[in-house]
Formats: sequence, structure tokens, C-alpha cells
Amino acid sequence: MTREMTGARMVVQALKDQGVDVVFGYPGGAVLPIYDEIFQQNDIRHILVRHEQGAVHAAEGYARSTGKPGVALVTSGPGATNAVTGLTDALMDSIPIVVMTGQVPTFMIGSDGFQEADTVGITRPCTKNNWLVKETDALAPTIHEAFHVATTGRPGPVLIDIPKDVQFATGRYSEPREMRTHYKPQVKGDRAAIEALVSAIETAQRPVFYTGGGVINSGPAASQLLRELVEATGFPITSTLMGLGAYPASGDKWLGMLGMHGLYEANMAMHGCDLMICIGARFDDRITGRVDAFSPGSIKAHIDIDASSINKVVHVDIPILGDVAHVLEDLLNVWKSRGRKTDREGLDEWWAAITDWRSKKCLSYRNSDTVIKPQYALERLEALTKDRDRYICTEVGQHQMWAAQFMGFEEPNRWMTSGGLGTMGYGHPASIGVQIAHPDALVINVAGEASWLMNMQEMGTAVQYRLPVKQFILNNERLGMVRQWQELLHGERYSQSWSEALPDFVKLAEAFGAKGILCTDPKDLDDAIMEMLEYDGPVIFDCLVEKHENCFPMIPSGKAHNEMLMGDAVTAGAIDAKGSVLV
Amino acid sequence: MSPLNIEKGSTSHSAYNLRSAYGDAVERHTLAVLVENEPGVLARVIGLFSGRGYNIESLTVAEVDHQGHRSRITIVTSGTPQIIEQIKAQLGRIVAVHEVHDLTVEGRAVERELGLFKVTGEGDKRIEALRLAEIFRANVVDSTLSSFIFEVTGTPEKIDAFADLMRPLGLVEVARTGVAALSRGQS
Repeated sequence: MTREMTGARMVVQALKDQGVDVVFGYPGGAVLPIYDEIFQQNDIRHILVRHEQGAVHAAEGYARSTGKPGVALVTSGPGATNAVTGLTDALMDSIPIVVMTGQVPTFMIGSDGFQEADTVGITRPCTKNNWLVKETDALAPTIHEAFHVATTGRPGPVLIDIPKDVQFATGRYSEPREMRTHYKPQVKGDRAAIEALVSAIETAQRPVFYTGGGVINSGPAASQLLRELVEATGFPITSTLMGLGAYPASGDKWLGMLGMHGLYEANMAMHGCDLMICIGARFDDRITGRVDAFSPGSIKAHIDIDASSINKVVHVDIPILGDVAHVLEDLLNVWKSRGRKTDREGLDEWWAAITDWRSKKCLSYRNSDTVIKPQYALERLEALTKDRDRYICTEVGQHQMWAAQFMGFEEPNRWMTSGGLGTMGYGHPASIGVQIAHPDALVINVAGEASWLMNMQEMGTAVQYRLPVKQFILNNERLGMVRQWQELLHGERYSQSWSEALPDFVKLAEAFGAKGILCTDPKDLDDAIMEMLEYDGPVIFDCLVEKHENCFPMIPSGKAHNEMLMGDAVTAGAIDAKGSVLV
Repeated sequence: MSPLNIEKGSTSHSAYNLRSAYGDAVERHTLAVLVENEPGVLARVIGLFSGRGYNIESLTVAEVDHQGHRSRITIVTSGTPQIIEQIKAQLGRIVAVHEVHDLTVEGRAVERELGLFKVTGEGDKRIEALRLAEIFRANVVDSTLSSFIFEVTGTPEKIDAFADLMRPLGLVEVARTGVAALSRGQS
């Protein structure tokens, strides 16, 4: 049966057929026909954001917390260019999102029309793939293919640019099952490589699992298989920022996050291991530190669905191309069928060394009776919320690292943070996307005041849709991480890293129609957090914290994993001139 | 390399050492990339090279299968072995790319390029240019009383050599197609 309909109706129909229940967006001239169709139906909910960047981050929050693709709809020109940061963020963190942009009519493309931008040109480097649809007949197949591409293989953002005349014209609608694509990345790992890894597992004396966002992207089965593998082998496990929650933080094999602000025991284990099993991570510079001193004595195995991630930064000895869940299943089966062997004696010694490193208690900080330490604030937030089904978003900076250090994640998809791109302003709209996907869950955005102000307008979205998102702002009146680097690296010359005109956040909350809570005294903190948690609506929590606290441990730029700075360490001269050019 | 033959605890396979073992010498590779013939594919391929800082020495593109919507992009690039591997992997993950072949690795390939050379001059120089053109099996495709356009086909090295010879003889303009390449044999 062929179905004729307008392009605008096709968009809505295709979204329905793809199982989409919510779209984050902002209308404008070039998408009005689609908005007209959205108006005339009730299956797809539209969430009106306050800025297109917010729409894309909200779609990311939705996607990260559900595992389903997030969808955003914006207009041409400025609508599309405002979406670029979110697209780049999703590309760096492999988040499946589908962004649809309006475009000037096909006959006006290239004429510098009103609100015209070369959207596919601008977004080509920040999408996994993008399409300009010039014929209405091609619209539905393109949307179906876009969902396929966004969610298959290494997930990522895709964009469909739809000229206004294509939205108005009538064409043939095609169903998802009619979609034809050659894009079918390999998911099964090579058997010989898996057997090689099993052999390495059987004889390793100092192994470590180094896992990343790929485990979470692979789906719930991957996290389950990872847990089974870790428990069965008894190997220690650490994770990147993106991978938190794949293995529970309460598990006894858990070493905590690794990397620049990772835990001492995690980084020392990475440095000293003889077998590194990298699963769905990509040897980012925040992880490796100095590459030529990175884990010098280890055999390295790398499981990844993206061939270009393998051997990109660090040469690996056992590359396994495939989907994490598929590979782990085969890996477990082979290892079990060969007798579940590990080197117990070696492992006991290895764990003794790790216990030693743990006893250093690298997250220790000097608490205060008079001023709220940011670490203390997060410890209390963790203690008062850990028993709930809780979703944590963050902005970018010190608070993000402290949240990763001091909060524990028991399940995947509960932690939404901008890892690769490091987008200040990500967390607030992301928390809105998460709350839309999980209306009854507790959603907290751990923020710094500077990051939060970058997308503060989304408070209007939270209030309009009665989303009880908690904006937990660690307010040090500074760009904390910039300030920290200036202290350590630039002779304490604090160039432009503070604000002298911050808003009164309580009044700001009230101006939006939300609740504001100010907390300045550590003695009041628990009560204030409880007040925030018990309030059924959006809250801005202004937590005034110590202004000059630094985030430790820290691997200074240009240093190796075993050259970490600790909280009490003398920081002068920690970063040499060569390291100072790195960021 | 078999991972099982690596002595445990040795540092001979560290990232640092493997990097250098991988080789720092810059190699020239010819890649054949079969792509879906759709708008923006070439821009994506070129954007990959410019965005990640890879070299393009030569690039040709044309549709090779109209019915199957396939185009063939032939890229001559250079880099260390690790960079070449990255380039191939990065090309391979572009959605519109069907196949990536490294003709330099996959065995001997036939590489050909076409060059057009405008040479002006009179007297002995003109005669010498014509004589050399015959040696190179160049065709004269345009001629006036004081100029020739020669058409030369061959490997890039042959085109280079011809250009070097024509330069003192009045070479005023060159147009080259870039390399087209196919692997030898049945497959």
C-alpha cells in the first residue's frame, strides 16, 4: 500500500514509526509545516526549550539515560548553528541523537536567503552522517536510515536538513522495513583474537580492566556481562568518566575512576599492570597522561566497535573489533570452556599492592566547620540520595571531577556528563532531557555557577513542564578549574577566572517560578539538601563553597600515571614547561 | 604479531617502544575508496584529511558504476605506518564508504596519470621538445606555429620526468589528472 502525504506529515509519521515519544525543539520559519503537524497529533510530545543548544543537550540527556536515540527539531540558519555544540558533544561522547533542521526552499538554496546557512556543510565534521533531503519521496527513507546510522555501530549524532518546500510537497511515505542501507558494522569479535585474550587472562599476574562509555553504549547486557567477567576472574576494574556505572561503585573490585583526576589506586594499577583489558574506551589524553610513559610493562587488549579507535593513540597487542556485549559473551564462554583459569597467586600479590595504594586514601581533604568544602557537599549529597533511583548530570569543571570521585554509580545510564568535548552548559538541559524520560526519578544536575549560567535560560523549560530537576550549584564564584590551573601553572595570575556580578540564585529561581535554596554553613547542609529533595518541583540550590579548593589527585599535563599530585602535595613546579602547552 | 609470544613484564612492548617499532619513516600509499555516489561524500573524505592533518598528494574522483551509484576515489597520501592505518580506519567508518583498499599493501598496482603540457618556443627548442615527446610517447593534441600541447600518460614519476625535461624548452602550463590506480590480477 502506498501512502501519499506531505513531507511535514512524513516527519511526524516516521518519528512515530521509529518509536519516538518526545522531541526537543524550537520553532522557526523554516520548520513551521512540521510544527503544524505536531500541533495536530498527540502521539509525540514536543518539549519547547529556550535555546537550540538546550534542545540538543536535552536530547543527549534523554539518549544517555534511556539508551534510545534522542530527537531534536530546530529551524534553519541560527537554529542549526546553535545546534552545533550539542552535535559535537554527542559526536565526542558517541551519543545517538537525530537532529532535524529546517532549510530554506530548495530553489532558494545558495541565494543567501533569510535564515539560510549551509547546514550540512557546517555540521559535516560534527555528525556521524548528515543529509540534505531535496525530494519529498526521499524524506521518509532518509529519516529511517538516519535512525539506523545513529544507533548502529559506534553511536553518534546525525542530522537531516529539510527544505521548506519539501515539507509542503506531497510524496510517497515508505515504512521503516523498506529502508535499504549498506551500513552494517561488524559486531562479532574475531575468534582468534578472543582466544589470545583468554590466554592472556589465564596467565596475567597484574591485570586490570579499563572500561569506558562503549560498555554503556553497548546496552544493559554488556554491563551485566562485564560484571560477571569481573566477579568470575577477580580482576580489578577501573573506568573512564564516561563509563561510570557499568560496574557498580559498591563492588569490591572497583578501583574508582582513572585518569587526570582519577584515583591513585586506579592510576597506579594502570601504570603497574601486566595485562590491560580496555573495553569500549579510547585512550583519551585525560586517561593516558604522558603517552610514552603510559603503562610501560603491560600487554594491552582493546575491545572496540570502531576500528579507528584501535591503535590511534596507544599501540595495542590484542585488538578485538566488535560490539562489547557480543565480544564479552564469547570471551566468557571461551574462558569458561577452557577451565576458568587465572593466576591466583599472582592476583593475590596484585591485590595486596592495590590495598596498599588504597590505604593512601587519595580523596582525603581538609574539612571545615565554617565553610562548606565542595567535596563535603558532594559526600553529603551522595549519602542522602544513594538509596534512591537517581540520575546525576554535571556541567564541566572541578565540580564534575568531584562528582565523579565522590558519588557512586551502581547502574549504567545514571550518569550524564560531557566527557570528550567538555561542554560547559551541558548539564542543565541534559537534566531536563533525563527528567522527561524518567518523570518519577530523582534528577540532579551537579553544577558550577559559571557553567550553569551558560544555559540558565532552560529553567523556563523546567518550570513550564513542571520538571522537578534539582540544580545543585557548587558556587565558588570562580571558574574553579581555570583558577586551579592558573594557580598551578601560571604563577597565580588569576586572569578572568572569577565573576564579580553573579545573580542572587534564590531570587533567580523565584523569578523563573522555581524554588531557590541558599546554603552557606556546613551545619545547615543536610537539612538544606533534604529540603531540596522533598520539594516537588524544580530547585536551584546555591551552595556557597570554599573559593580556593583544588581538585586532587591530579596527573599534571605531561606527566605519567605514577607522578600524581596529591591534595597535600607542594604544587609549585609540578608542571614543567613542556607540559604547560598541553591543556 | 602474536600477543602470546610477548614475554610477561618486559617493557619491549610498551607503548613507547611499539611506537618506534611501528616505524617513523614516512611512506607513500595509494588508496582506492569505493563510495556511495551521493552529495557530500567527497567533502566528508577531504574534511577527514584536513580536519585530522593528513596529507593528500593526489586525489581523483569519478563515478565508476552509474547503476550501482558508486564512485571511486583514488587518494595518494603519505605518513608513518601508524598514520596510514589511522587514515584507512577513519575512511572505513564514513557511512557512505563501502570499501577501502590500500593498493600499496595489497600487491602491485597499476598507477596511471594523464598530463597536458603547453610548451612554447621556436627553432631548436621546438624540435627538441617534439623529439623528447616522441621518446615519452606523448601525443601532440594541439599545435600552433609556436606552441604544442602534449598529452602524456604514465606513472606520476614519468609525468614528473617529462615536466622536468620540458621546463627548459618553454613549458608554460601543466594540467595533471592525478592518479588513477587498479590492483593487478583477477581480483
